[in-house]
Amino acid sequence: MSDLSPVAGETPSANKLIRADSGTAAAPVAEFRSIHRIYRMGNQEVRALDHVDLVFRKGEYWSIVGPSGSGKSTMLNVLGCLDRPTEGVYELGREDTGLLDDDALSELRSRRLGFIFQSYNLIPQLDVLDNIMVPLLYQSNPPKDGEERARHLAGRVGLGDRLDHRPRELSGGQMQRVAIARALVNDPDMILADEATGNLDSQTSKEILNLFDELHQEGKTIVFVTHEASVSERAERVLIMGDGRVREVRDVVKEVSA
Amino acid sequence: MVASIRLGVSSLMLHKLRSGLTTLGVLFGTSSVIAMLAIGEGASAEAQEQIKRLGSQNVILRSVKPQEDQNQGSQTTRILSYGLTHEDRERVEATFPSVGKVVPSRLVAQEARFEDRVIGQPRIVATTPEWLEVSGRRVSEGRFISGSDMRGATNVCVLGTEVARELFLFKDPIGQRVKLGADYFDVIGTIAPRVRFDSDAPGAGEETTKELFIALSTADAWFGDMNMSRRAGSFNAEEVELHELLIGVDNVDDVIGIANASREMLARFHDDQDYEVVVPLELLAQAEETKRIFNIVLGSIAGISLLVGGIGIMNVMLATVTERTREIGIRRALGAKRRDIVAQFLVETVVLSVGGGLFGVALGLLIPKVVQWYTDMPTLVTLQAPILAFTISAGIGVLFGIYPAWRASHMDPVDALRHE
Repeated sequence: MSDLSPVAGETPSANKLIRADSGTAAAPVAEFRSIHRIYRMGNQEVRALDHVDLVFRKGEYWSIVGPSGSGKSTMLNVLGCLDRPTEGVYELGREDTGLLDDDALSELRSRRLGFIFQSYNLIPQLDVLDNIMVPLLYQSNPPKDGEERARHLAGRVGLGDRLDHRPRELSGGQMQRVAIARALVNDPDMILADEATGNLDSQTSKEILNLFDELHQEGKTIVFVTHEASVSERAERVLIMGDGRVREVRDVVKEVSA
Repeated sequence: MVASIRLGVSSLMLHKLRSGLTTLGVLFGTSSVIAMLAIGEGASAEAQEQIKRLGSQNVILRSVKPQEDQNQGSQTTRILSYGLTHEDRERVEATFPSVGKVVPSRLVAQEARFEDRVIGQPRIVATTPEWLEVSGRRVSEGRFISGSDMRGATNVCVLGTEVARELFLFKDPIGQRVKLGADYFDVIGTIAPRVRFDSDAPGAGEETTKELFIALSTADAWFGDMNMSRRAGSFNAEEVELHELLIGVDNVDDVIGIANASREMLARFHDDQDYEVVVPLELLAQAEETKRIFNIVLGSIAGISLLVGGIGIMNVMLATVTERTREIGIRRALGAKRRDIVAQFLVETVVLSVGGGLFGVALGLLIPKVVQWYTDMPTLVTLQAPILAFTISAGIGVLFGIYPAWRASHMDPVDALRHE
């Protein structure tokens, strides 16, 4: 964390999020209001998330860092509607997710969220095109141009000529590109990436991170969990977690490239 | 739907050997259901066919030689008198006047001869013209005994196919004269063979009885009631007035009532059990009951093998679910609802069991053919058997797929994603 880029003059406190660098705040995509996530293991109580208040706004590129056990994975799971908070309110796109049942949450995931995992998590028996289309498969009213969109995205991530390949025929970088295309196919409100470059060599990581930069420039909201400082500093805002609490939120100031 | 079936098939194809072996259980279950039903149906269909040819609307009263000590008087001359009488016939006709026809017949023990060819012990049936209609037999050439033959007690006879073949070889027998005992009879027709069934010949097959028919009145005039047989040192004679009374009932609903009434009536007038009452309809009902039990037993055995097949499928699907925990997690994360996961795994189970069922139907249709080819056992595949077997196999797929699919759908997405 010490090698993070210089931080903007004013650092907002964890519980009081004010965007220092822009006058008009963009619409919130996701909002945590005093979220707790407590696991019980026997008599022990593990506070994976302990009173977290956060607002993720449209177009922001967040990275979440922290040591293992700091609660960053739990945060991503709650953000992704895969896990429910024990206490508190999580609003996704102005919708209180606590009021939704399992089916509605599933529908929400297929429409509003894009997931990118460390180990790619493609489905082995499907080819590239079908893998990209999986989120559309589960929407209650899938778009008619789904396949067209999937082809377009495959081209965009540089896999237009490998649509009929199975995951095992692809390299790690290629698989992660498929996963990114899959995360984009439903045009999500928020892209959630969990150590998305963790299994890749540095060159491939760089290519993938460039792709994330492009997405950010296009106005996508991205939340990227990582433990690598070199990765986190490419984000716009860095959230530092520790013991289930928000330790710090820093806005990264980019050096203006020549 | 098509897409999910395609997906299911491609998932199963990842483990071709395992999927193939899993379907074997259902395959053999289904084929054994069909094969067993086919063999059961074949056996009972043959028995039923034989019974039906006796005439399901008939009641047959037969004379039976009463049980007695065979040694007694074996060295002496005796006359044994038993069986149905003309009085019985009159009583039957008087008791059931409106039920239909009563056809008496008697057997005559004489040899049949044409030129130098002899049949030693033909079955000579002396009867009335109505016999043809009530017995349901068919004349193949010429005509049967007529009313005027009866009235005139003419010397005419109708030959069974076997007798015609033996006495005349390839010659046309009609118009020829056959010698029965000491007298000549004009051949006026031949009668078509039938499949034979009677109580003392269980291994029934194509008619091989050397039978021929003459008018009852003629028999009375020429041969009397006495049938004689000589053996070394003894002389036996049997006196039987009528060997059989064939009652043709007009309405099938009356058959059982008339059969019972006949039994009571005969019991009252006969001291010995020198008669039997054969009711094809009762035999038919018995045969159907036997068939039903047979089917239940065979069906249960085959059903158990299907059950075992189903359990095999469930076992494999549970293993598959565990193995694909991560895939389930991915799909859930990407928006699959619980019912989508249920559907996915249920489709796979049904594809397995229906696949097994289809091959099982094919094999099940083949087995009876092979059995018939090697053993000459009759088999009959009814339309219901493959439909039933196939439906059960598909049902087993659903039934045994529900639990693994439910397990898959209720995994926690977070845990499932973390699964290695």
